[in-house]
Amino acid sequence: MIRPSIQARHALARLTLPVMVIASFALMLVGKVDTVLVERARIAVYDTSAPIYAALAEPLGQMNRTVSEIVGLWGLRDENARLREENEQLRRWQSIALTLDAENRRLKTALRWIPDPEASYVTARVVADAGGVYAKAVLLSVGPNHGLRKGQIALDERGLVGRITEVGTRTARVLLITDMNSRVPVILEGSRAHAILAGTNGPWPRLLYWSEGTVPKEGERVVTSAEANAFPANLPVGTVRYNANGVPEIEPDAQLRSLDIVRIFDYGLSTFSAPEAVARPTQGHH
Amino acid sequence: MAMSDRLPGVRPHLTLGRRLDIAWRHAFPGTTSLVLMLLSVVPFGLPGQAALLPTVALTCVWFWSLFRPAAMAPPMVFLIGLLLDLLGFLPLGVGGVTMLTTYGIARWLRRFLPRQGFTVVWLIFTAVACGIAAMNWALVSALTLSLEPLGPVLFQAGLAAAMYPAVAIPLMLVHRTFADPDLA
Repeated sequence: MIRPSIQARHALARLTLPVMVIASFALMLVGKVDTVLVERARIAVYDTSAPIYAALAEPLGQMNRTVSEIVGLWGLRDENARLREENEQLRRWQSIALTLDAENRRLKTALRWIPDPEASYVTARVVADAGGVYAKAVLLSVGPNHGLRKGQIALDERGLVGRITEVGTRTARVLLITDMNSRVPVILEGSRAHAILAGTNGPWPRLLYWSEGTVPKEGERVVTSAEANAFPANLPVGTVRYNANGVPEIEPDAQLRSLDIVRIFDYGLSTFSAPEAVARPTQGHH
Repeated sequence: MAMSDRLPGVRPHLTLGRRLDIAWRHAFPGTTSLVLMLLSVVPFGLPGQAALLPTVALTCVWFWSLFRPAAMAPPMVFLIGLLLDLLGFLPLGVGGVTMLTTYGIARWLRRFLPRQGFTVVWLIFTAVACGIAAMNWALVSALTLSLEPLGPVLFQAGLAAAMYPAVAIPLMLVHRTFADPDLA
């Protein structure tokens, strides 16, 4: 093997740091120029590491369940009393709901109402936090022939979680409604007034642009609106709460801080285009 | 310096096991850094877990650059930075620049810092973590052309400072025992 002289080796060693710094700045340029390539690289890294995460998910879930069970043992009596009361209340609600449901069906038949198409869905496990410091997103582990597409809608068992923004071969990334770049058209259920739900990267997204005269009320339920055809109507989003500065925010229904399993719905909203696709103007078209 | 270099001529026969042992000890810092980074994004359900990945990367690069720079060469630091960008959804290149800066500072302080006590190293690391977090914020803001919120950055710096002993003490122990090339 040819060994360079000691001086040459020292000079080379001294050069690597500046060369690497220059390479980093070059990467910044690449990242600015070709965002699609960068997204593919990210998803490729996550695709490769997905099996590790999928393998870890089961024991981790077991551990979390055990911990919460042990914690739960402490307040067992109080919890029991609370649940009994809640059960009583829910039973009352159930009977009301059943009556209303029957009435609703009767009225719909009388009106010859065209039913909404049933949405098909797949279930996927959340395997990693895919947000980093400046975003709120999660990574889903999905099978090889998952058929997921950008723009599909993720819900947990309680409410809206977010939208799929990137799809890999074994993973998909869901941008949460709490992310700073998330905007969801919503309806305030009490007044049927439209508004926009804007993420802040904090736990409570903010309500924007509600029409004058219909101020969101504390505790009011908020559901999605079908406006812009990005979401189907009436998915549960959360309830209104006012923060200390008097700004209306939403307490999300979905348990965004401890997501485990989410359902991905295909509502066939094919007209949805991802933000990147809109942001890139094509040359020659004005 | 490895024992075999100091005693030319008197070299034990290198069996496959010993070769593997030596290779493993040399590769240990880089490999563990990458593996720890991959593990730090597994959802443990911890609040503020997003700041864990940059913390782990920063602490590993700082520690090995300071105590074993031979095993943490600039290309390795660059690779860690790249993985930080990809896993942490940062604009590409930010991780590289910040991690290489950390490496540069550690190399520059190497002449006197490793001989100081643990607390001094920790204090200086805290200052470095604050500087790197600020640099990270400035780079991300410049590259995304938007003022990012300062809260997560402050939290990131704070977490790095607070977590330093938890990462550095185990690394210190393995550095002196089974990851030490001199003991191969």
